[in-house]
Order: sequence, then structure tokens, then C-alpha cells
Amino acid sequence: MIAFRALIKRDLRLFFSDRRAVLISFVAPICIASFFGYIFGGGRGSDDAARVPVLIVDQDGSSLSKEIVSLMTAENSLDVEPSDFEQARAAVRKGKAAVAIAIPAGFGASIASGLFNSPSKPVVAVLYDPSRNVESRMVESILAGHVMQSMGDQAFGWITRQARAADPATEEALSPGVKNPAGAVSARGDSASKMTIPYSTNEEAITSGAGVKYNGYAHSFAGMGVQFILFTGMEIGIGLLLQRQRGLWKRLRAAPLSRAVLLSSRTLSATVTSLIILAVLFIFARLVFGVRIEGSMLGFAAICVAFSMMTATFGLLIAAFGGTPETTRGLAIFATLIFSMLGGAWVPSFIFPQWLQKLTVVIPTRWAVDGLDAMTWRGLGLSSAIGPIAMLLLFCAAFGGLAVSRFRWEADG
Amino acid sequence: MLEARNLHKTYRDLVAVDGVSLVAGAGETVGLLGPNGAGKTTTVSIIAGLIRPNRGEVLIEGRTLAGDTDPIKRRIGLVPQDLALYDELPARDNLALFGALYGLDRSTLKRAMAEVLELVGLADRAKDKVGTFSGGMKRRLNLAAALMHDPQILLLDEPTVGVDPQSRNAIFDNLETLKSRGKTLIYTTHYMEEAERLCDRIVIIDHGKVIANDTLQGLYRMLPASNVLVVELEDGGPPIEQFRSLAVVESAELKGSQLRVGIRRLTADAPAILQWLVDHGHPYRHVVSERADLETVFLSLTGRSLRD
Repeated sequence: MIAFRALIKRDLRLFFSDRRAVLISFVAPICIASFFGYIFGGGRGSDDAARVPVLIVDQDGSSLSKEIVSLMTAENSLDVEPSDFEQARAAVRKGKAAVAIAIPAGFGASIASGLFNSPSKPVVAVLYDPSRNVESRMVESILAGHVMQSMGDQAFGWITRQARAADPATEEALSPGVKNPAGAVSARGDSASKMTIPYSTNEEAITSGAGVKYNGYAHSFAGMGVQFILFTGMEIGIGLLLQRQRGLWKRLRAAPLSRAVLLSSRTLSATVTSLIILAVLFIFARLVFGVRIEGSMLGFAAICVAFSMMTATFGLLIAAFGGTPETTRGLAIFATLIFSMLGGAWVPSFIFPQWLQKLTVVIPTRWAVDGLDAMTWRGLGLSSAIGPIAMLLLFCAAFGGLAVSRFRWEADG
Repeated sequence: MLEARNLHKTYRDLVAVDGVSLVAGAGETVGLLGPNGAGKTTTVSIIAGLIRPNRGEVLIEGRTLAGDTDPIKRRIGLVPQDLALYDELPARDNLALFGALYGLDRSTLKRAMAEVLELVGLADRAKDKVGTFSGGMKRRLNLAAALMHDPQILLLDEPTVGVDPQSRNAIFDNLETLKSRGKTLIYTTHYMEEAERLCDRIVIIDHGKVIANDTLQGLYRMLPASNVLVVELEDGGPPIEQFRSLAVVESAELKGSQLRVGIRRLTADAPAILQWLVDHGHPYRHVVSERADLETVFLSLTGRSLRD
């Protein structure tokens, strides 16, 4: 029993002797759990909620369509902007808007007949980002409500205003159909009665091209690829610390080689390793799940190279700031998880609250994931890769510069 | 030839090396002897160009060593104290890498690899991963890796730490072979036996300072007593102050029933001391004489043991 107790005591003492590792053991799960609780609504105020970016193309210009646009704009859960049709399509394709709604010309004039299942119902075009399907459904539902409310206001506005003015209690007596025409239509529509939703929708998932289906594996392979390459970068940093610990760094430095050669060779080999991992991942995704590079192949390759270089310098940064390999590993894992989490590798960044979505532009993985999405299923061209590439190279330069300036060349003397 | 002139290195308040100077010529082995933390490794690191001294300079064949990429570094081979090898790679791949760092082409690499593996007796293990080697074999390969580019000067930082006596002797044989080929060896150790066996000159370092720099014989001459008489007494021994006052006694220490007496002339002084003990009622059961060693020298110079 004495030996048993001593063994347990030893383990606990060893665990608590590394204060940095202990801190990370507590801080990492607390941070990650708090983050997920927060983004999935736990205790978050509605003002913080992620507002769905929606573009509305009002091709009608009638008082009814203006009323609908106005009501949609007033919705707290939506971030509505006016647009024209082609701009709206491009924005949805680039992921800048989740949904675009086009109210056609003549909508206001023909909508009344649509209530009664007329074959000439106006058709509202709904262009949506297929990776944000749920949000698209939500927007359509809100639209239907506002269409019916606007129609109701216009048709029954005079009556209800008079009644409310005369006696507030009158409102209680108004029929549900007058108070909420959408609900009334919905209730009646179930029984295939005379009144229906007065318009139809033409939904179009905006992918790389007409007839090209959205492939969800593209995003998951991009996200997980980014995360695991970050882990590779982390191992590169830890590896450098191990080399220092094992005296190998002394042997390398004893040779007539510049510091630039020593560090850049490490960076390049790490870049090549990361590129190989990405290549294998996407070849597998292509063969097994049909993930295609629908956009610019050059852009895709350049993003992969830029991200791999960024990861390599991230590794150098870990080596520059790390202590022993053992104490550094916990901190590096924490940093890698934070990068993955905020970069949208686990869950798409659009579900983050607005402020966090803005903040994550300083997270390099966000650019990598968005860039790879753009080049794969979104099918965007080289010009859409330039932003992510530039940002990743900027991070690469910053990490590399910081690492070189803080690298402890003589620490093992 | 290697010359270190007045090297100084401090880390914040810690003075690691304080005015160390030494010279080593071709075919000469110079030992840096001192306890752990004396500044030996820092001195070697400065000579190897790993650390920039705050003051002083290192000259290799009359040229000052300057910067990371100075081609004169090709004249130096470093055997670090740690086993600076990739366990995951075969021995030959390790050697190929360390040779390539010095720009050896393929054919030179191949030739050098064969030579150094032969020298350290690992030719038959060239294809094996280093991780499968014993500690002694790794030490020998650690030496071989520093020889790939055929350096004139070899810096050996405690190259026998943790090895068995057989491997240690094998390494000593290797070093003697290299010395016979005219190589300059700088050998740091805190084992006096190694310094005594290998070194032509010994630089004793303590607290970053050179406290002696001479041949082995020269160091012994610094001692007040060149021999130690160890007497196992049958009783508690004489009052030590009274004993120390004897003219032939250079130093004396009584631990239990063991009396250690420093004397200059073994033949003349030992019988006189033994007779004095008998005459004063302190019979003895056993006597041995020891030659003074570097431990004694260090003790004499610093008042501390080399292994403190």
C-alpha cells in the first residue's frame, strides 16, 4: 500500500511540477468549451448573434416589394443589403452572402392572383450558398412571413387601423387571417383549399457552375487538412527543440553554414512535407468522394504552398519561443487548436457571432480554409485566390521574422 | 595551430569564461580539465564558433575565426558532449548528412565514410539504424561524424561520458591514432585519468578561469608533495597538528584510522614517518604509497575536489 501511494504521489507531483503544462491542461478545455457554448447560443444575447448576410434584388419596385424589403431589412437575424442580380450571384458564389433573393418585376401586380393558386404566380429567385443550406431555409421562411404580412397590411390596413382606433378590444375580435395572413394561408393550404402562398420560388444552389452539385467533403477535407498540417508545423517546432536538446543543433552550427541556410532549409523541408500531406488528402478526396478543384488549379496550388510555408514558419515560431520540448508541446497544441477552431476548420466560421467573424481575419487558418473552399467547390478563379495567398504569405513573413529575431542561437552553448 | 586568446563570456551576471587562453599545435592533445560548470564546454563552444565571446578571439592557423560561415570552420571538427546523431537514420546516412554540411561531394563522402567507419570499428554496422546501437557504439559514431570532413582540429567535449571501459579504450585508441596523424585535439573532461593518459598539456579551469596550464610533469612540480603515503593505523592515530609539524610532512589528513601523508621523497621520508609512528605508540597494519595525481593538483590549487 505504501508503494502504491508513493507511485500515485509521484505521478501527481510530476504532473504538477510543470506549471505551464498544468495551466494548459486547465485553460485549453475551458477556452474551447466556453467558445463552443458561446457560439451555439449559451448565454449569448441576440445582438451578438451571427446575422445571415442576405442580398435582395428588387426588380419590381412596387410599394409591396419595397415594404417586403423594408421588413426584411428590419429583421435582427438578417444583414440585408440591396443588390443587382449578377452582383448578388457573384457574392453568393464567393461566400460573401448566404442567400440572394430576387423579387421579379410585376410581383406586386400579380401577387394577389397568386393567392388563389393561379398558374401565373410570380416566381421569386432564391440563390443560396449550398454550404449554408439551413440559413437559406430560414431566410425563405422569413420572406414568406413578410410577404403575407405586407399583403395583409395593404389589403386590410384600413380596416384594422379604423378598428384599433375605435376600440383596442376590437383587435381581439379580428380573425386570425386578418391579424396574420401568412398563418391563415398556411393553415388553409394544408387542406389544399383555395388560398395558397401567393408566389413560388426558384431555388438555385450557387456552386462552380450550372448543374454542378455541392460536395460537402471539399470543405471537410480543407478544414481537417489545415488542422493536421498545423499539427505537422507544431511537430517541426518541437523537433527543432529536440534537436537542440540532443546536441544536434551544435553539430549543425559547427559547420560553416549561415543561420539563413539552417532555418530556411528547415522551412523548405516542412513546406514540402505539408504539401505532400495536402496532395495526398485531396487526391483521396477526389478519388473517393469526387471532390474536384472546380476553380483555378493554379490558385489552389498557390494557396497550398502559401499555407504550407505559413505552417513551417509557425513551427519555427514555436521553436523560437518554446522552452523544453515537453513544456512547449502543451502550449503548441493549444495554439494549434485555437487556430483550427477560429479558422473554421471544425465548424464553418459563418456560425460565429459577427464580432468574431471580423476578428478571425487575423487567424491564418481562416484564409486557408476559405481559400481552399473558393478553389474547390465554389469554383472561383485565380483572382479569388490572391487575397488568401497574400494574407498567408503575410503571416508567413511575420511568423518567420519573429522567429528569426527571437531564435536562441547560443542557448545551448 | 589553434590559439584562443583571452576569451570572456558572460550570461547576465554569470561569468562563464573569464580570460581563457590556450595554444595547441599539430599532433598535440590539450586537455581542458575542470569540474562540471567550470566553463570547459563554453570554451569549446567559443572555439567551435557556436558562441560569440564578449571579448577575446580564436585563431585557426593564424586567422581569426569570424562568423558562422567562415570557411576556416572546415578545419574544425566538433564532437559534442551529447550524442548528436539521428537515431532514426542508419549510421551511414548520419555520416553522409554531416559530411554534406561541409560540402563533400558524393565520391569524397563515400571515401570519408568508409575511412571513419573503419577507424571507429563500425564498418559492419553502417546500414544499421543508430537507435539500435549500444551507448559505446553511439559514442564512437559521434566521433566519426566529426571526422567526415577530415578536420585538422578536433574539439572533443567529454566524448566518453557514460560509456563502458571497453568502448572508452576504443575511443582512446582512435584519438591516439588521430594524434599520430598530426591532428590537434582539444579534449575536455572531468576525469583526471583521461587527461593523464591522453594529454600533452593540461589546462585546468575553475569558475571560468585558467588556474594552471602545463604539461602533466609541470603540474606535478607545482605540488608541495609528489607522493602520498596512506597508513592504516591500529589506533586513532597521533594528534594531527603535532604530526603536521614534522619536517618531512608536507600535508597530513586523518580520517578514522587512515592517515594520508604528503611527502616529497618517498625513499627517504617514508621510513622516517613510519618509524615516528611506531616510536610514538601508533602501530600500523597496512601501508601503501600513491603518486600524486591531477586530483591532488586540483585540490592543491583550489582547495576543492575535482568532482565536487
